[in-house]
Amino acid sequence: MTKLPMPDFESLHARHPDVFDRPVSARLATPAMLLGAFGVFVFGLVDLDFSPSRFLSGLHQLGWITLMMIPPDPGSSLLAYLVALGETLSIALLGTTIAAVFALPVALLAAKNIVPSNIFRFPVRRFLDSIRGVDTLIWALVWINVVGLGPFAGVLAIAVSDFGAFGKLFSEAIEAADSKQVEGVRASGGNALHEIRFGLMPQVLPVIAGQVLYFIESNTRSATIIGIVGAGGIGLQLAEQIRVLEWQKVSFLILMILVAVAAIDWISGKLRFAIIGRRAVA
Amino acid sequence: MTTAVTILPSQQLAALNDTYRKAVARKRLRFTIATAIFFAALVVAAIGAEVNLRTFFTYFGNFVSYFDRIFTLENGARVWTDVGEWFWGWHKWSLLLGETILISYVGTLSGAALAFALNFLAAENTAPAPWLRIATKRLMEFCRTVPDIVFALIFVIAFGLGPMAGVLAITIHCVGALGKQYSEIVENIDMKPVEGVRSTGASWISCMRFAVLPQVAAGFASYTLLRFEINVRGASVMGFVGAGGIGQELVVAVRKFYYSDVSAILLMIVVTVFVIDIGTGWIRGRLFGRDRHG
Repeated sequence: MTKLPMPDFESLHARHPDVFDRPVSARLATPAMLLGAFGVFVFGLVDLDFSPSRFLSGLHQLGWITLMMIPPDPGSSLLAYLVALGETLSIALLGTTIAAVFALPVALLAAKNIVPSNIFRFPVRRFLDSIRGVDTLIWALVWINVVGLGPFAGVLAIAVSDFGAFGKLFSEAIEAADSKQVEGVRASGGNALHEIRFGLMPQVLPVIAGQVLYFIESNTRSATIIGIVGAGGIGLQLAEQIRVLEWQKVSFLILMILVAVAAIDWISGKLRFAIIGRRAVA
Repeated sequence: MTTAVTILPSQQLAALNDTYRKAVARKRLRFTIATAIFFAALVVAAIGAEVNLRTFFTYFGNFVSYFDRIFTLENGARVWTDVGEWFWGWHKWSLLLGETILISYVGTLSGAALAFALNFLAAENTAPAPWLRIATKRLMEFCRTVPDIVFALIFVIAFGLGPMAGVLAITIHCVGALGKQYSEIVENIDMKPVEGVRSTGASWISCMRFAVLPQVAAGFASYTLLRFEINVRGASVMGFVGAGGIGQELVVAVRKFYYSDVSAILLMIVVTVFVIDIGTGWIRGRLFGRDRHG
């Protein structure tokens, strides 16, 4: 067996000084950051009243709760739960559609290639950002004050909070559109509206449709929880059953939510594929 | 300058036009049917969700005037005329906001740690055994499909009222969401370094540590920061179910019609979310910048 010659450390050292002699600050930066992050974590645990005994007794409780959840059983209210689930799906579909319809014109105003002036675009963007900064549940609370308890408040809450998200996403889609087609329409004598309708919309609509479908899916999830504050749907039933400790019904409701979300997921996946496929053909 | 446009003979034109119309007609028919189905679904949904346009229009004024009211102090003046009175509880609220951020931080970090431990088992290219991969994937799916606030509701009963329930709820949700994103990053790595390390006889753990981790660390950090930002928003409503943070104060203010408090707390939440948003964006830029320069 041949032996490799011993490396010449001196010359290696001279050739790669930055590998062998990193400054102390650079060498300590990562451990210091990790230590800082861990310090804040420990402070958080102390500040938020974490204690091992509380954690263990809680886990014990949680174990009991899980045992009591088996088997899932709707009791005599299966029909009511199905109606509530239908309500949740309706909230998601309507809320997302309303948001998309209102967000499209606003997104045009927030897109750089439609409105070049920064003075006008900036407030629109900040407005959309502040709508997005407020959680759907908070919007639900506000709408309950306005239209009363019930699923309608939920629809409006989803519509408003999605409006902010869609405004941003749509305007990004519009900014990413190819400007050549718009120029083509302009060259053949089209006015600004024609440019948007025939140059821009055919490019952005499939993207937008995909995003809307994705949001219907994720809003099914949000719509399940806005019931907790009283805005209708299956969340109302879920919060109620948790409060009265009917664990079998709780687990049944959670299963229903899981199945519904999986079903919507599958359908919207198929539809998204169909839309993108159609764009590829057309 | 004029150019001659050649016009095809009419029979040829007719044939071309015919095929074009047929193609368009089929597309239009499909589009019309899809639209009709969509509108039918909307109508069914509208009935299901008890949409009542009359209530909406009668009370829409309320929505506008609600914003008018939350920007009015008890004495009828606009809130910004007396900021001290508007933010009378700023000390208490900032502490609660701090608690909210801390809930999100602790929840994200522990969730990230668990997701980090699990994701190598869930990624297709690094999973040690197929059954383990499927089990881990299902577990993560469950964790992320059940909304965090539902976990919070259950944990409040098991662990008692307070931020602990909120932290655990966020942790569980984070395991699901981050675990999926992490394992997707791992699935996209270059496998050659892994082969190299394995060829030296290294164990599975050494392969992960020396071949996979250096490739994915930056992506993991970026996704974790994004998740932290999302969780701050989520933690702001944890108080609705008694799981700590600013939400408790907000729900009390809304339910008891302390109008100016609502706007003050909402403003503080929005500003905090903005600051966190910008801060994490800056850190992400720094991380990726550093990696690019080696």
